[in-house]
Amino acid sequence: MTALSVDIRVRYRDFALDVAHDFKPDGITALFGPSGCGKSTFLRVVAGFERGAAGHVAFGDEVWMGARAFLPPHRRAVGYVFQDARLFPHLTVRGNLDYADRRAGPGRARYSLDDVVGGLDLAPLLDRRPVHLSGGERQRVAIGRTLLARPRLLLMDEPLAALDTRRKSGIMPYIARLPQAFGLPVIYVTHALEEVTQLCDRIVALSAGRIVAAGGVAETLERLDLGDIQGRFEAGVMLEGRIIATDPDWHLSQVDLGGAILEVPQILREIGAQVRLRVRARDVSLARTRPEGLSIRNMLDARVLALHPEAGSAFAEVLLDIGGQHLRARITRAAAQQLGLAQGQAVVALIKSVAFDRQALPRPLPPKPAP
Amino acid sequence: MDLPDLGPLWLTIRLAAVTTLVLLIIGTPLAWWLAHTRARLRPVVEAVTALPLVLPPTVLGFYLLVLLSPDSLLGGLWLSATGTTLTFSFTGLIIASTLYSLPFMVQPLQAAFESVGRAPLEAAASLRAGPLDAFFTVASPMALRGYLTATVLTFAHTIGEFGVVLMVGGNIPGRTKVVSIQIYEQVETINYDNAHALAAILLVFSFTVLVSVYTFNRRFPVHPG
Repeated sequence: MTALSVDIRVRYRDFALDVAHDFKPDGITALFGPSGCGKSTFLRVVAGFERGAAGHVAFGDEVWMGARAFLPPHRRAVGYVFQDARLFPHLTVRGNLDYADRRAGPGRARYSLDDVVGGLDLAPLLDRRPVHLSGGERQRVAIGRTLLARPRLLLMDEPLAALDTRRKSGIMPYIARLPQAFGLPVIYVTHALEEVTQLCDRIVALSAGRIVAAGGVAETLERLDLGDIQGRFEAGVMLEGRIIATDPDWHLSQVDLGGAILEVPQILREIGAQVRLRVRARDVSLARTRPEGLSIRNMLDARVLALHPEAGSAFAEVLLDIGGQHLRARITRAAAQQLGLAQGQAVVALIKSVAFDRQALPRPLPPKPAP
Repeated sequence: MDLPDLGPLWLTIRLAAVTTLVLLIIGTPLAWWLAHTRARLRPVVEAVTALPLVLPPTVLGFYLLVLLSPDSLLGGLWLSATGTTLTFSFTGLIIASTLYSLPFMVQPLQAAFESVGRAPLEAAASLRAGPLDAFFTVASPMALRGYLTATVLTFAHTIGEFGVVLMVGGNIPGRTKVVSIQIYEQVETINYDNAHALAAILLVFSFTVLVSVYTFNRRFPVHPG
């Protein structure tokens, strides 16, 4: 089943967007790409803010944009969370929420104003004016306000881009459970891989106005053929695992990846919790045999699945199998040569525990709103 | 000392009030269009709107006199419809004042709408507010300061007009004799006491109005954007 079906073209003087994609009706889909690749323009076309687009946008069996049809933005069952929140400055937080609640479309019964206030912890903010809110609070209110219009599809345009790292990790859990808690699919525009791996189920990667990859987050991120899409510095994979032990003295947690065990800085979650970890390719080193006397805590038995030397550069990308899940390593071509790396070869992958960005680790989810 | 005749003062206030009301209704859509359009015609319309700022009131008054006279199309239609002339009438004065004070309404409103920008309107649309709904519930409240400035400036400017009124309306007591003309008349007849009294009333009135506006603006700052 398809929720949103899009086939659009936008031409401006020095910019072109040409995108066709069917979005699934559940979960969070990342629309990922560098600045200026057309992500935001895409969202604006879907919302109806961009009149200069040609093509087709349909939601379910409702045509939002077609050869002759154009449904104005206020008639589309779409919610939009802007990067700059755009709360109404002349209204309090409560006034902003009421504004959306009063104009809510059909589906008002799906959840109440109290559910939204409770689910996003907005109660202490209700009587404040937007000017007196922090950036993170503003975004939480903006998300709540959008939800109260009872959209059937939620578009989020880099909602965390203007926030510092600490506030980002404060809001991410709220966003992560929007699809389940409020029953609507989310299209999430971002250029931050950390947000993709922590929040999203699927990824649509955009480059220069075109889709270059689409699929599940894990399998898309481990593709070596996508070149610069992730950016050399940030490129890496997403691993999913379960916390099996925590050592509060050393502030370390152990994560079972389904065979291989990773040791990472302590994750404040209960034993058994499912977590996602992002491992950058440049943080993974390779050895032929298990070395001794190293400070590196994680040594995983791995097998080389693919080797991808980059012509004209010093580097090579290596895709590894670590008992089901995959890892990427970025090493020099010279090292690959000297180690005699080849497909199918057994190696040891080394990852420093500190390579796991403390701030990128998942935080506990707040309790869900009462059903 | 005799008190001066206060009739012209009330007439002036009535004229200013009606003109301001008419301009609020005409000026809002015009300012909105100017703030949001990308039409090539925009600079032309902007220039026409600003013309009363730079034209001598006699020029505007002269054209209005020609336009409103019973010999013209508009004046003739009015005469056959109502049996009265537009020139030398209160209605004629309202038309004249509306044109004369147009920039004082449109320019502050246009600036206010421009500073509100499109972003809050998109936010309102995403919350299912239609364009009119968004205008009244988001754009207008956010442009409140602009409205206040525009209203006060229009009112005060209409009270102070002289040349256009004299050209179009003349000096008919109870119909077109406004206070600025009355003051001129008192000075001409060397009746300085009355001129002093009326001038002082206008001065104190204008000063009080402006002070209250600036105070209000300071106390209730609106933060657009």
